[in-house]
Amino acid sequence: MRLTRRAALGLLAAPALSRAQGAARLLVVGGGFGGASAARFARTSYPELQVTLVEPQARFVTCPYGNLLLGGFRQIGDITHSYDGLQAAGIRLVQDWAAGIDAAARTVRLRGGGALAYDKLILSPGIALRWGALPGYDEAAAEVFPHAWMGGDGSQIELLRRQLEAMPDGGVVGISIPANPYRCPPGPYERISMVAAYLKRHKPKSKVLALDAKDAFSKQGLFQDGWKALYGGMVEWVPASQDGAVARVDPGEKVFETEFGTRHTLAVGNVIPPQSAARIVTASGLAAKTGWAEVDPLTFASRAAPDIHIVGDANNGAPMPKSAFVANNTAKQAVACAAAALRGQSPPEGVYFNTCYSHVGEAYGISIVGIFRPGPAGFVEVPDSGGVSPRGVLPEQRRLEAAYADAWYASITRDMFGG
Amino acid sequence: MQGMPWPIAVLLVLPLLGGAAVADPAPLAAQGCLGCHGPQGRGTGAGARLAGRDAAELDAILRDYRTDARQGTIMNRIARGYTEAELAAAAAYFAAVR
Ligand SMILES: Cc1cc2nc3c(=O)[nH]c(=O)nc-3n(C[C@H](O)[C@H](O)[C@H](O)COP(=O)(O)OP(=O)(O)OC[C@H]3O[C@@H](n4cnc5c(N)ncnc54)[C@H](O)[C@@H]3O)c2cc1C
Repeated sequence: MRLTRRAALGLLAAPALSRAQGAARLLVVGGGFGGASAARFARTSYPELQVTLVEPQARFVTCPYGNLLLGGFRQIGDITHSYDGLQAAGIRLVQDWAAGIDAAARTVRLRGGGALAYDKLILSPGIALRWGALPGYDEAAAEVFPHAWMGGDGSQIELLRRQLEAMPDGGVVGISIPANPYRCPPGPYERISMVAAYLKRHKPKSKVLALDAKDAFSKQGLFQDGWKALYGGMVEWVPASQDGAVARVDPGEKVFETEFGTRHTLAVGNVIPPQSAARIVTASGLAAKTGWAEVDPLTFASRAAPDIHIVGDANNGAPMPKSAFVANNTAKQAVACAAAALRGQSPPEGVYFNTCYSHVGEAYGISIVGIFRPGPAGFVEVPDSGGVSPRGVLPEQRRLEAAYADAWYASITRDMFGG
Repeated sequence: MQGMPWPIAVLLVLPLLGGAAVADPAPLAAQGCLGCHGPQGRGTGAGARLAGRDAAELDAILRDYRTDARQGTIMNRIARGYTEAELAAAAAYFAAVR
């Protein structure tokens, strides 16, 4: 059922009725990895909940596997998902932006007008790009130097792909990588790999220049082994300590300028900018000074508003990574805790799971695994568990992990959207 | 509903389900498995099917991953993060999926 704005307004009139029938209202804001997972899990596990999902986009384009589009191994249709399955499951879809939250009245105001009332709110709106935090990088600059770090309508990842296709052989593709924390710790390095895969095949005299604000990164040894094995000298990664941190970008001149003033002229530039929780979180006073939301590690309830559970990249889940798998998995814990509270029960125990696969080549996969539990002062990784793929020349391991990554993508998107 | 032709009975009952297919959800600790092994552990591509396999066999495999008695590609790293009770509950759930 897709609700028009007017019909959505009608929901406001319904609470007394639905309460009388015993249907508690679970409102989910954001139909991405956390939100779609929460809505579908709630609908299929807790029949007593009336589930409404607010999401402005008609279709969801995943960030995961977007890098494979750059490599030429996927098309945009392969990473675009419809909300039809969620509607068919009995979730009310409101195609709009949440524009404000009144935590005391338990209502969410919609950009298109009107408001929705809730008993429990699950917020999973993802990230915002901090325009201007990297001097020279604003929304206009993103049309020259795409970020391709939010799925949106898919136009950013397609722009970056077109730029790669249009550049001359022998050019330099610059990638600016931010300091921690940011969405998907290994994502920039998978992107380096997939751009290199494209260049090796189509523009072999070109190279990737990765300029990093850090000195170390996720799965570093594995990535660097893979780059050497697959792409030879085509990838240059420059750590912060060797003047890798980009301090300013100049889209007019197509230049990345580093901290110590080195100016790199690029054929294509990809800027992964500094980030914070999405605007609805920061604007509603739900974020700490860090820009991320503090939550209870057992229930994901906001430290600022107990009926609002904040999941996905928007919260400070450290040491858990900001990943799709964490968003999917923790969204279910948040829903289970919200449902338990509505039933007057105590929250279930929490155990959170993550695996981030990365493609170094089309059939060359590596992974990092983490299992986490709530602790007295935040999230705690289970000792002696998880970790990264073994290093060494292990072609069968790499081939299998690439195939497992494909199984992950197929499984997680079915878990979110049904089908 | 006695005497009613069954398609009509079905039509009458369906709306009561609210349009949702409410299946038994996996235990929370086993939800992570669904991220690679498909809906209800029915398998997808290289993500092996877990559904309908013998509970004792699944449990033994998971314990062997945990102690490295069995070598997997990533399962050893995963199994070590869970308690024996959680692994047994996951095995029991997948075994019961038909
Ligand atoms: C290149 C790249 C590769 C990645 N690869 C992987 C990977 O292989 N594995 C992995 O686990 N993770 C990966 N990630 C990380 C993953 O994309 C994120 O961790 C995940 O999307 C977080 O989920 P979320 O629900 O917090 O946000 P999102 O998935 O971004 O969803 C947020 C949704 O909220 C909506 N929204 C925002 N504001 C509002 C509002 N005010 N009102 C209503 N709706 C709103 C948005 O439209 C969006 O649909 C990758 C990321 C990138 C950039």
